[in-house]
Amino acid sequence: MYPENFRYTKEHEWVQVEGGIGTIGITDHAQQELGDIVYVDLPKPGTRVEQGRSLGSVESVKAVSDIYAPVSGEVTEINPVLADAPEKLNEDPHGAAWLVKIRLSAPGELPELMTAADYQAYIGAEK
Amino acid sequence: MSQASPLRPTALNSVHRALCAKMVDFGGWDMPVQYSGILSEHLAVRKSVGVFDVSHMGEIEIRGPEAAQLTDFVTTNAVHKLQTGQAHYSGLLYEHGGFVDDILVHKVTADHFFLCVNASNQEKDFEHIRTHNRFDAAVEFSSDRYSQIAIQGPRARATLQKLTPVDLSAIKYYWFTDGEVAGVPARIAHTGYTGEDGFEIYIPPAESERIWALVMEAGAESGIKPCGLGARNTLRLEAKMALYGHEIDASISPLEADLGWIVKLDKGDFVGREALLRQKEAGLRRKLVGFEMRSRPIARDGYEVQVNGAAAGWVTSGSPAPALNKNIGLCYLPVEHARPGIAIQIIVRGQPADAMTVETPFYKRAK
Repeated sequence: MYPENFRYTKEHEWVQVEGGIGTIGITDHAQQELGDIVYVDLPKPGTRVEQGRSLGSVESVKAVSDIYAPVSGEVTEINPVLADAPEKLNEDPHGAAWLVKIRLSAPGELPELMTAADYQAYIGAEK
Repeated sequence: MSQASPLRPTALNSVHRALCAKMVDFGGWDMPVQYSGILSEHLAVRKSVGVFDVSHMGEIEIRGPEAAQLTDFVTTNAVHKLQTGQAHYSGLLYEHGGFVDDILVHKVTADHFFLCVNASNQEKDFEHIRTHNRFDAAVEFSSDRYSQIAIQGPRARATLQKLTPVDLSAIKYYWFTDGEVAGVPARIAHTGYTGEDGFEIYIPPAESERIWALVMEAGAESGIKPCGLGARNTLRLEAKMALYGHEIDASISPLEADLGWIVKLDKGDFVGREALLRQKEAGLRRKLVGFEMRSRPIARDGYEVQVNGAAAGWVTSGSPAPALNKNIGLCYLPVEHARPGIAIQIIVRGQPADAMTVETPFYKRAK
């Protein structure tokens, strides 16, 4: 369920790093908790984000939730699919419905994040 | 999760858990907010049929030779005009004209009135009515005797009809009948909180699991869906029905809430009447009005509303409207702006987002 090559945050984001670029999304657990997602608000490419700070928001029918940056860096790309099809986040949160890509400015932040096993234990305990 | 005080379950709690509903703390009650998803549940009610556990709602009964006088004295609508077997929407007000609660009043017999009240207000309502009881009437708190299930949608009647010998087509809208559902005594009311046709049944809690299962079975051919409080909220918002704690509370009068139609100032004295007369004479300052977003963001409860860049009011309820494919809301605005066709801005996360006041209800079912 939770890919081994991702790292996870307590706020239920994931990041997958390849060649200094981190792809960021929300976890399957997060989309389940949110329910039907109807709107995704993302920063423009070029925006600098800081680990732990809000980088956008996801809205379900019921409520709006912040997305927090799992790593610091500069947004290089946003997923163009989500503007017209936010419901993709409910269908494929670990794949096609990634949110943004960030060029990492502090790769040392990465080991602080949870592994897949840690994250699964974390959401298990949260219940 | 640890709880300071345990949440109150309804008699259908284990059914919700077996269906893997997402449960939430709703005013101290452990209630399902959604099962399959708010959008699909909402659309099931608009297009076919949905079933809701609303057993958290409270019931208060007023009986005695002067039951009608007491009920008339503590509520805003004209109780003396109700016929036996008829129900109406009404307000329970404080002396200052603000809402204690919004309720449904059912006339069971000439000396027996059955009130359906909001879950989190029920103890307060009961005390309020007792405090004003200077009549030959007894007020009874009877919530524990009833489970309430709402069957709503264009296929609600066909679904429920399979379970009762009562001819449901003979019950007019906002009338009710005491009969049987699945062989047990039930109060069957042609009422609802979705803007759709439907019924609300009051049944013995011990029978509620069995009846729920039978309703699901009876509705299977119509694709019935169990629906949670999330869909209940979006449905009632499209139909512009008030929710206590949002559109109305102790600081809001029914005139401000655009509920003048449930206030009968000429019916004789009632609690809150003097305050409403004064308010009417002085003129309202603010009023509830509906709006549609004219930009991407979604308005949410509590967001500030601006007119021409100046703070003017607040959003009481805001949400996507699943059956209408737009984002809607209700807000309080100064009366001069509380009419359709006014450009307003909703402050969403610090940024003004364009919206327009509109006619309500947002959704009206074809009759």
